[in-house]
Amino acid sequence: MNMTGFKTTMRLSILAPTFVLVIAATTSVLAASSEADFKTAYAAAEATNKEAGRLRNQWTVTAEALADARKAADKSDFDRAVASAKEAEALAKASIFQATSEKEAWKNLEIR
Amino acid sequence: MASAALALALTAISSTLAADTPDPVADAKAFRNYFVTKFPNVKPEDFVNGPYALNEDMRRQWEEKEQFPPYEFSLEMGKEMFAKPFRNGKSYADCFPDQGIGIRQNYPYFDAKEGKVITLELALNRCREANGEPPFSYVGDDMAALTAYMAFTSRGKPFDIKIPDDPRALEAYQNGKRYFYTRRGQLNFSCATCHVQNPGERMRAEILAPALGILNAMPIYRSEWGGMGTISRRLTTCNSQIRGVPLEPQADEYRDLEYYLSYVSNGLPISGPGSRP
Repeated sequence: MNMTGFKTTMRLSILAPTFVLVIAATTSVLAASSEADFKTAYAAAEATNKEAGRLRNQWTVTAEALADARKAADKSDFDRAVASAKEAEALAKASIFQATSEKEAWKNLEIR
Repeated sequence: MASAALALALTAISSTLAADTPDPVADAKAFRNYFVTKFPNVKPEDFVNGPYALNEDMRRQWEEKEQFPPYEFSLEMGKEMFAKPFRNGKSYADCFPDQGIGIRQNYPYFDAKEGKVITLELALNRCREANGEPPFSYVGDDMAALTAYMAFTSRGKPFDIKIPDDPRALEAYQNGKRYFYTRRGQLNFSCATCHVQNPGERMRAEILAPALGILNAMPIYRSEWGGMGTISRRLTTCNSQIRGVPLEPQADEYRDLEYYLSYVSNGLPISGPGSRP
């Protein structure tokens, strides 16, 4: 093998796994969510929102996102259902963060 | 050098402790001073008129509206309801001091037996239940009518909320204060965001009311609601508007909040029932 052939082989051997990775990633993004994915995402969101409720600080938008997830799942649109459930979980986490940080931060607003 | 450092540390610790120890008298004084300083042209007793105390145009419209006030039907209904005996022959008058007339300014109060704050709305429903009647919705028209009548009989009487020498009462007051200043909801607003930091400013079409004297005008007829609203309705609606899930009406948090807000408005006259845009 001459030098040019060697370089071409090297390029291909480096590029090949990269192509495989890109294809794998694309496939996983495009893969349709299943009912099981929805159930997992929904359970996580619901549990997080329940924790926000324990802190007396749930948000209306979390409840709306959860309702949207259920509605999409009823129509077997599991991509949307999973996306909404994940949004609900993120919102619930934000409400927990708010409740936790406000335990002390409220004093900054107090009229003294 | 070491003793100076120690003195500084002790001063810092004691000032931190002072900040964390509730002092309702100092709070009320600072609260009033804040609003009086912010609005030097408003007479203290005028704060009970909410946005009308801060905006001349709105005030003129309100004064004209007061000739045929929109809460009048509710007030009449409340008067009739208050006088009508329960099925057992007793009435609301039997549940309250002074037959329930001219007592609004004393609510909420701290009940030592129960160890909790009792609001007027809560006391009215307890009166009903004690006499075999079903409770009213805390956010409904019946409760608004009854409290409208009771407020009307107290018009002009200054808020006289007491914090007894009981650590539980002080804790309830402090909880109410914490609730008032705590940010909540997706909009990250506290009660103070609107009613301390921005009274007089517009929020969409509304002019925000100052927190000082804000409960003196309750219950209120709101054009936005097209009807009357109790304190419970106002508090739960505030929570939803900032995209927070409201607590159940008359939850401990709301009762404590009412205790705090009423206390810091001590001395200002009851002006309810009121009307707001």
